[in-house]
Order: sequence, then structure tokens, then C-alpha cells
Amino acid sequence: MTAETMETPAVAASTATPPHRFKEFWGYFSANHGAVAGLFIILGVVLVALLADVLAPHSPYLTNPSNALKPPFWQEGGSIAYPLGTDPIGRDMLSRLIFGARLSLLIGIVVVTISIVIGTVLGLVAGFFRGLTEIFIMRLMDIILTMPSLLLAIVIVAVLGPGMMNSMLAVALVILPHYVRLARAAVITETSKDYVMAARVSGAGTARLMFKEVLPNCTAPLIVQASLGISTAILDAAALGFLGLGAQPPSPEWGTMLADAREFVLRAWWVVTFPGLAILITVLAFNLLGDGLRDALDPKLKRS
Amino acid sequence: MLRFFLTRVSLVIPTFIGITLLVFCLIRLVPGDPIETMAGERGIDPARHAELRAQYGFDKPVMVQYGLYIWRVLQGDLGQSVVTRESVLTEFLTLFPATIELALCAIIFALVIGIPAGIIAAVRRNSVFDHGVMGISLTGYSMPIFWWGLILILLCSVQLGLTPVSGRIDVLYYIEPVTGFLLIDSLLSDDEGAFWSTVRHLILPTIVLGTVPLAVIARMTRSAMLEVLGEDYIRTAKAKGLPRFRIIALHALRNALIPVVTVIGLQVGVLFTGAIMTETIFSWPGVGKWLIEAIFRRDYPVLQGGALLLGILVMTVNLLVDLAYGLINPRIRHTR
Repeated sequence: MTAETMETPAVAASTATPPHRFKEFWGYFSANHGAVAGLFIILGVVLVALLADVLAPHSPYLTNPSNALKPPFWQEGGSIAYPLGTDPIGRDMLSRLIFGARLSLLIGIVVVTISIVIGTVLGLVAGFFRGLTEIFIMRLMDIILTMPSLLLAIVIVAVLGPGMMNSMLAVALVILPHYVRLARAAVITETSKDYVMAARVSGAGTARLMFKEVLPNCTAPLIVQASLGISTAILDAAALGFLGLGAQPPSPEWGTMLADAREFVLRAWWVVTFPGLAILITVLAFNLLGDGLRDALDPKLKRS
Repeated sequence: MLRFFLTRVSLVIPTFIGITLLVFCLIRLVPGDPIETMAGERGIDPARHAELRAQYGFDKPVMVQYGLYIWRVLQGDLGQSVVTRESVLTEFLTLFPATIELALCAIIFALVIGIPAGIIAAVRRNSVFDHGVMGISLTGYSMPIFWWGLILILLCSVQLGLTPVSGRIDVLYYIEPVTGFLLIDSLLSDDEGAFWSTVRHLILPTIVLGTVPLAVIARMTRSAMLEVLGEDYIRTAKAKGLPRFRIIALHALRNALIPVVTVIGLQVGVLFTGAIMTETIFSWPGVGKWLIEAIFRRDYPVLQGGALLLGILVMTVNLLVDLAYGLINPRIRHTR
């Protein structure tokens, strides 16, 4: 009896409180089928990347000239041992694609992490200190934005020397302004609010205000931009790889694979088709996810 | 208005200094000595080496080199290519029409398809067509265009044999450059074969370069249209009994196109970057391919001058768009 009377008010209370934040988010997010599809594709790619050693039937680097340019298994001359065929020096396409997923995700995540961390700090600093600091930081970002992004990345890599590390740095620098601008704009709207004033009055220092009070309230746009940023990063890094400025052969980076395959476009469609398809699908998935996150997280655009 | 104009224009100066400084400093960090690169494997004797270093100004302190560089840039002297000995500006101007021709075709392609597609998608919101346009445009937006070019070559050139694989025109035609735009020059030459050859060479690069702008323009047109279609004056027009076509084409479209025009202006940067990839794939003799080749030849002055010129071009176009937008929309003009 007592147990029952205890239970009833609890149930009533839970209907009165708003749904859990994650539940609300998922409600909005799952209404967007594209975004859910994107999320599942990304989970798939992550899984493939993590389990690359188990999933890949061959080593991505093992060459075998006698097996060069074998077509995929459904075409005449292909075998199930090399499901997607082999490249000009007899490496298994499927295995290279699987290991490529690891590289592309790594590139995307590292690049965006670098830009988000530096960009947020610069944006917070610009938004908090205003004045000359702000002008200096924002002008610098405007200059970076003025240059076409890939052109700037190309110039930077040309200078630092080709390679995956340098191409990641270049892309990180190129997408940096977006995060700085977002963080600064968010800080400026947030600092005029009462809770920041309250924190300031109760004696919180600038660092605390910046990172503990304001930053958690600017995360939504940053998360959205991060998802879209990963897609840009993967795409630009692949473009650099394709131009011979990014990851170097024999690395199974998808863009680099395409560069190697270019001259065989007339003879072997599969060496060209699959790496690009992998880039397209991954980039598309992150864009879909980003759109979905924006709809779900940005209250201004909600239900519009 | 004057105040708005002057503020916008004055913002260009620090950006200009920034771009030159950026390009200049980055190039100074390049490993390897340009004179030795130029000399190649034969090597060079130390006296001649020093002489050449002095001639190109590589022996002066970096800040002096930068000062000299800016001074020369302002006079239109971007230096000489270390490889061909041609002036960088001359080389750029010779190759630039090819890039402009390609970029113009691409943006026209993007507009002709993107704007109608965006309008119809907005008018038939949530229809199959709308979802199709949105899906395709997101795919286009995510497209690695270097791969897209190869796939189109695979389909149209290799499988169907419809279009040529590379270059601007068949080798058997020689067209005297008048404007530098081959479409016009070949028409002027009265050689019909040359004209059609040019057109056939343009098709694939145009599609490849136009894909990303097309996707952006279609999305932007759709969302701008949707916003405008919800306005009161559209309801008024409907209530007056105006024909649907008239409402969409005259009342809605005119206002919806304002943000679209801005987006088109901002696509210039996208076009130039895209041109680098597109020209590399199709061996298109424009500035993009030239820049990439300069990197591999370690041709500093070309890389420096080319990047600077492209940066300044994009900056100028963005400024013009900004000013035009201020002219059209007084609300922009009066916010600082």
C-alpha cells in the first residue's frame, strides 16, 4: 500500500518535467531521415576503421605483380579472393579501401580537433577582450577567409613540403576562421546575459567565465560546425592527396589512391571508381549528420 | 552611402598587406635553394650561384626582400618565372582567359540549372522533385570533384566516346588568339570545326567545375524562395487573384534572388579552387594547372605571384558583391 502511494506522485512528476535533453534532441534529430542515415553510415565507417586488421582480406601494402589490375569478382577474370579487384601493382583494392577509412577518419578528426581547440580559444579571447586583440585576431581570420581555402592549403603544403602531417596542418589552418567567428559571436551574445553578470559579480575570474560559464553555452553551433568541418577536412585532404601534396604513396589514403590510379582510367574503371565513391559516401554522411544536428540543436532554425 | 563605401574599401588595405605578407613569408620557408633547383643536376659554380642570388635578391635580409617585393608588386612587377624566365604577370595574363572561360561556362551552367531547380523545389515543397533536388544537391556539395572528373571521363569519353579527354581544342586546329577566349576566337576564325571542337572540349570541365556551385545555388534559391513565399505580400498577390506563374516569377523571384546574387559572388573563390583541380584533370591550360606545376618545379615567383593574383581577384569580387549588396539593400548599408 505504502509502495503504491509512493509511486503515484513520482510518475506524475516525471510527466510534468520536460523530457530529458537527449530525448528531446533525439526526437528532433530522428525526424530527419537523412541525418539518421548519415549517422549510421558514419558508425559503419568507424567500425570498418577500427576493425581494419580483422576485416581486410589482404595487407594493404602487399604488392603482387602477377595479380595486377584484376577486375572485381563479378567481372570476367575477377576472383572472390580480390572482391573489388587489384590495383596496378597487384594490391587488393578492398583492403586498401578499408585501411583508407582509418586514415580519412583520423585526418577528419585530428584536423577538426586542432581547429576547434585553437579556434575556440582565439574566439573566446577575441570576444572577451575586444579592442585591439579582437581586431588583430579577426583581421587575421578575414585574410585567411579571403584566400580560396584549397589554394591557401596548397600554398602552405607546397611550402612545408608534401605529406599527411603537413596537409592536415594546412587544412586545419584553412578551416580555423569558421570556429573563431562562431566562438566569438557566441561569446558576444552570451556575455550580455544576466547569468554571466551574476557570475562576474560573485567574483569569477576571466578564465572561469570564459571556459566554465560561457563556453558550455556556445557548444551547439560548434558541434554542428565540427561535423561539417570533418567533411570539409576529409574532402580537402583527399584533394591534396590527389594533387600529390597530401599523404604519399604507398599510403592507402583515398585521394592518394586516386592519384595513383589516374593514368589507368582508360583501362581499369575499378581503381578509379571505388576510392572516390568511398570519399563521396563518407563526406556525404558527415554533411547529412551536420544538417541534422543543426536542425536538432539550433533553436532558431527548429521547426522552420 | 559614401561612408559605407569608404569603410568597405578601406578594409581592403590590411587584407592586401596580409595576403602579400602571408604569401611572401610562406614562400621564404620553402626548403631547398631555388637557384640550385634552376641549375638542375648539372650543378652550378659558386661564383655564378652568388651572382644569380644577388640578381634575384635572395641575398638580402628578409624584411628588405619583403619591402622590395611590395614595392614591385604595386608597380605590377611580380617577378620572373625561375623556370621559363617569362614575367609572372605576362604568363598569368596569357593563361588567365582559359580559366575565366571555363569558370564563366561553369557558373552559367550552375545558374541555368540551379535557379530553376531551386524555384521548382520551393514551389513544390516536400514533393518528390523537392526531395530529389535536395538529395542531388547535397551529393553535389559533397562531391570530390577530382574524382567526378575522372568518372565523367570514364563514362563520356571512354565508354561512349562522346567527348575528348583533355585540352581546349583538337591539335589539328590552330586558332590565332584575339580575345584569348577560344569560344569567341574560333567563331571569329570562321572555322566551324574548330568551334565545335572547342565546345566539345568544354563540356566535361564545365560540368565538373559547375557541380559544387550548382548544388550551392540550388539550395540557396530554394531556401530564399521558401522564405519569400511565406511573406504577406505574396498572400496579397494571391488574394488579388493573380496567376500563380506571375506571382512566382515576378513577385517572389525578384526578392528571392537578392541572397542568391550574394552567394554567386561568393562562389568565385570556390570556382578558382575548383579550377585548380579541374584543370589538372583535363590538362586545361589555365592558371590552376600552371600553379600546381610551379609547385613541383619549385618556381617560387610563379607560386607567389599566382596565389597573390588569385587572392586579390577573389578579394576584389567579394568587395564588389558587398558594395552591390549595400546598394540593393539599405538595411546592410546602415548597420555598421
